[in-house]
Amino acid sequence: MNSRTQNSNIFRRWFDGILSNKKALIGTYIILFFIFIAIIGPFFIQSPTEFLGTPLTPPSTKNLFGTNGQGQDVFAQTISGARQTLFVGFTTGILVVIIGALIGGIAGFYGGRIDDILSLIINIFLVMPGLPLMVILASWLPPGPGTLLGVLVLTGWAWNARVIRSQMMTFRNRDFVSAAIVSGEKNIRIILVEIMPRMLSLLASSFIGASIYAIGAQVGLEFLGLGDISTVTWGTNLYWASNDLALLTESWWTFVPTGLSIALVSFSLTLINFGIDEVTNPRLISERLWREKIPRNLIKDGVTPVLKNNE
Amino acid sequence: MSKSILYLVRRLCFYLIAGFAALTLNFVIPRLMPGDPASIIFARFRGKLKPETIDAMRQSFGLTDEPLLMQYWSYIKGILSGNLGTSIAYFPEPVSEIISSGLFWTIFLAGLSLIIAFSLGTLLGIFIAWNRTGKLDTFLPPVLAFLGAFPYFWLAMLILYIFGFSLNWFPLSHAYGNEVTPGLNLPYIFSVLYHASLPALTMVFVSLGGWLLSMRNTMISTLGADYITFANAKGISSRLIMLRYAARNAILPNLTGFGMALGFVLSGALLTEIIFSYPGQGYLLLQAVKAQDFPLMQGIFMTITFAVLAANWLVDIAILVFDPRTRK
Repeated sequence: MNSRTQNSNIFRRWFDGILSNKKALIGTYIILFFIFIAIIGPFFIQSPTEFLGTPLTPPSTKNLFGTNGQGQDVFAQTISGARQTLFVGFTTGILVVIIGALIGGIAGFYGGRIDDILSLIINIFLVMPGLPLMVILASWLPPGPGTLLGVLVLTGWAWNARVIRSQMMTFRNRDFVSAAIVSGEKNIRIILVEIMPRMLSLLASSFIGASIYAIGAQVGLEFLGLGDISTVTWGTNLYWASNDLALLTESWWTFVPTGLSIALVSFSLTLINFGIDEVTNPRLISERLWREKIPRNLIKDGVTPVLKNNE
Repeated sequence: MSKSILYLVRRLCFYLIAGFAALTLNFVIPRLMPGDPASIIFARFRGKLKPETIDAMRQSFGLTDEPLLMQYWSYIKGILSGNLGTSIAYFPEPVSEIISSGLFWTIFLAGLSLIIAFSLGTLLGIFIAWNRTGKLDTFLPPVLAFLGAFPYFWLAMLILYIFGFSLNWFPLSHAYGNEVTPGLNLPYIFSVLYHASLPALTMVFVSLGGWLLSMRNTMISTLGADYITFANAKGISSRLIMLRYAARNAILPNLTGFGMALGFVLSGALLTEIIFSYPGQGYLLLQAVKAQDFPLMQGIFMTITFAVLAANWLVDIAILVFDPRTRK
């Protein structure tokens, strides 16, 4: 079979599988909702940086989420903050997976001394604490989305590289890879065309995990004041909320909408990852299968029951 | 026995290399930036710095006219003798003294909440994997995953707002009250725990879900293993199977993950400290960022990195105790 049609079958089957899972479906709906808002929302709201009058007015019909300490509309800020935050988050996710797949893939495929060196680098980046490293990097660079992106990628790639490396090592010894090597295919082609499509679930969940990380870390950095505080993002919203003493003035509406949005986005991404895990993780599949086969009243807790093969 | 020592030495070598890499990064980063670090700082402060401060900064970055390799050598020598440079914000106090004043609180708070979250999450994970048709198993994982989706510092804001500002149940800041005298006396210890409870609660809330889920999933796959079925067939009591047979093996991946998560959790702890004005490294980090105090920031990076490396080594020792494969 032609490897391209075979690969497109893998993609189709995979997507059908994921979308049949309830958790993944709910997560997909929520995340699509936020992406939709991030793209078209800013066209329909008033300027988020416009001064409207009295600062720190509670939510009302005039200002749905109230106004913040600068007298700006919190609703408008929440909507327009989504754009840059999600953009930086997902872009980091993509870059992290590409770098992770490249480094982890090479380390796992070639093994030997190349693997020793790359693994050492991966492990060093893994054990270094992220936030302080991001802070010293970001504080030297001019604030903005570019700096955030670079810093997040540099501190976030190692986890994915490690996971992809170990997956690559199990594929390396499979028959189809040996066959491809014997038939004279180039190594880079084997990695990219033969192996990577079979790692789709892993790459997808790596992308989602990296995006969750990137959104959280990005918001944390901006909260510390290391973002461009003149732009409107979810992180700078929280920075201003804390700078304008949201807690002391008991103005909860300045930080609750943004925080809930961040949590909903991360949670929906986590749900998608749960879904992927349930559909593709063989152990969780078998757990689901035996539950379907045994009548509910017979299910007992504890040790997994044994089924005959032909049942 | 010799194999376990070899294992610990190998891990120690890795941490030494990692620590050395962090030292080198710390040295390289300011020098990689466009322009000379001292002039970047000078420009940012727009002449607000006294000449002696600038000289001290050049000194603390080792920015002399010597060749790079010599600068590196004197930098390493300085760090090894505990010299992290001079702070800008708290000029002329040395960075090492400022950091050591807050180090205890960070280790105390982060360590306390990590241990609580890890033990509670692991125990709950064992329990709900065993009773996986129960209500708790359908209810706990999604709720905790939702809590885990919040940024640490945001949940900290919310918890401080509700329990501190609105209900007035807990103190709003600091590590202990003004009325107690530090030392080994009961009012002081009580005050410290009272002040730590809200920040620790925040961190436990956010990180509990991760431990619980990974423990639950490894536990479920362990419960399907043949030796468990065999133990069951032999008629061993289910309590024994749950704890001594399944959980004891399922905990190994969680322990490895514990070391990996240390850095991540510590990052969250730093941000949580800021919200609660807890006098640890996080609070110092915020002051450093606000004042653009580069030597202090880098000092905090070094200290936290070394703390994480040391803690990882302790985790390795724990793995040695739990995993016979490292001992044979």
